[in-house]
Amino acid sequence: MKPIFKILSSLGNQVTSRIWRLGSAARLFLLTLIYSGESFRRIHLTIREIYFTGVMSLIIIIVSAFFVGMVLGLQGYYTLQKYGSSESIGVLVALALLRELGPVVTALLFAGRAGTAITAEIGLMKATEQLSAMEMMAVSPIARIIGPRFWAGVISMPILASIFSMVGVMGGYLVAVPIIGVDHGAFWSQMNVNVDFRFDVVNGLIKSFVFGVACTIIALYEGFDAPPTAEGVSRATTRTVVTSSLTVLGLDFILTSFMIAH
Amino acid sequence: MDKTTLDIWVGLFVAIGIAALMGLAMKVGNLTSNTLGETYAVTANYENIGGLKPRAPVKSSGVVVGRIDNIKFDTKAYQAVVTLKIDKRYPFPKDTFANIYTSGLLGEQYISLEAGGDENFLKEGDRISKTQDAVVLEKLISQFLYNKATEEPKK
Repeated sequence: MKPIFKILSSLGNQVTSRIWRLGSAARLFLLTLIYSGESFRRIHLTIREIYFTGVMSLIIIIVSAFFVGMVLGLQGYYTLQKYGSSESIGVLVALALLRELGPVVTALLFAGRAGTAITAEIGLMKATEQLSAMEMMAVSPIARIIGPRFWAGVISMPILASIFSMVGVMGGYLVAVPIIGVDHGAFWSQMNVNVDFRFDVVNGLIKSFVFGVACTIIALYEGFDAPPTAEGVSRATTRTVVTSSLTVLGLDFILTSFMIAH
Repeated sequence: MDKTTLDIWVGLFVAIGIAALMGLAMKVGNLTSNTLGETYAVTANYENIGGLKPRAPVKSSGVVVGRIDNIKFDTKAYQAVVTLKIDKRYPFPKDTFANIYTSGLLGEQYISLEAGGDENFLKEGDRISKTQDAVVLEKLISQFLYNKATEEPKK
């Protein structure tokens, strides 16, 4: 009987600790929102963070978007030409990027590029007791450290996703028109007719906004919650990437099913 | 880093983002091409609308003149009631035909307006009485088979 109880108790412990972590992450999220007025009063802090999370991620976003677009162009052409509709390649590339790949791949790259940096930075701040020092000086770490990083992530993500989609479409264009030889006019006009602003572009933006909130708050929470040791910070960084990637993919399914359902 | 340089970079970043979004809206999306001006709504009843969907185009001579606003089912007549929004720049006579066609073999369905000869024009809330249902492929095939079967065998 004893081993069964042991398994059961470890299972219960796992579940409750997960729920506990979710709850405290939600608390951090709420506190961030409450304190965001205070963090916006020092707007240059947020601008500085936009530079570190957004501008510094531009290179990886643009390069990967370009390659994703080119691969989409090649693969799409390979399948579409079998049905004699290689002109639809523009539609395929644009819809795939706007609806799915733009927001999702941007969020995954963002979690790897910016999320880890946020977690490591805050974890190290905690390990070296900078956060406690701030509290001693009656400066709220949530308003001063968490808030600007949160808003920077939330603002950067839709911008990065838009850039990703646009650069991806250009990559697709480069493969389809000059290299393969699809007609230039057909490429753009088919895309123009079949891509809807409200249902494709705006829905993609909504997705990337939600991913921005999720990725940033996970990175912030993991850093804030990290055990103040070298090992603890490294573990927290790993967890940031794993948790945000899974959350993004899960949220993507939920959001897509809502957007298609209407 | 210097504060001004930082501001310039972030400003550039936001500007590129907005430019990308504008590009997506204008060049990739259809924000510019299908914006109808002011519209007037007319309805048309059909026995069968096939795969017609809201937001499908309303065309006349192949030119998009409007969009389908919504599709309802009328339980009194047991017919589909389709509301069309047509651009005010394009007035149509009262005896206009509204037929459901398919673009290409497997393409989307749309309503084609063929103008009649009436001197009065359709107004907001009018009903187009001359309609033609969507072609249902199964019906067509069964009709064809039926005709074949009833044909006199040639000797």
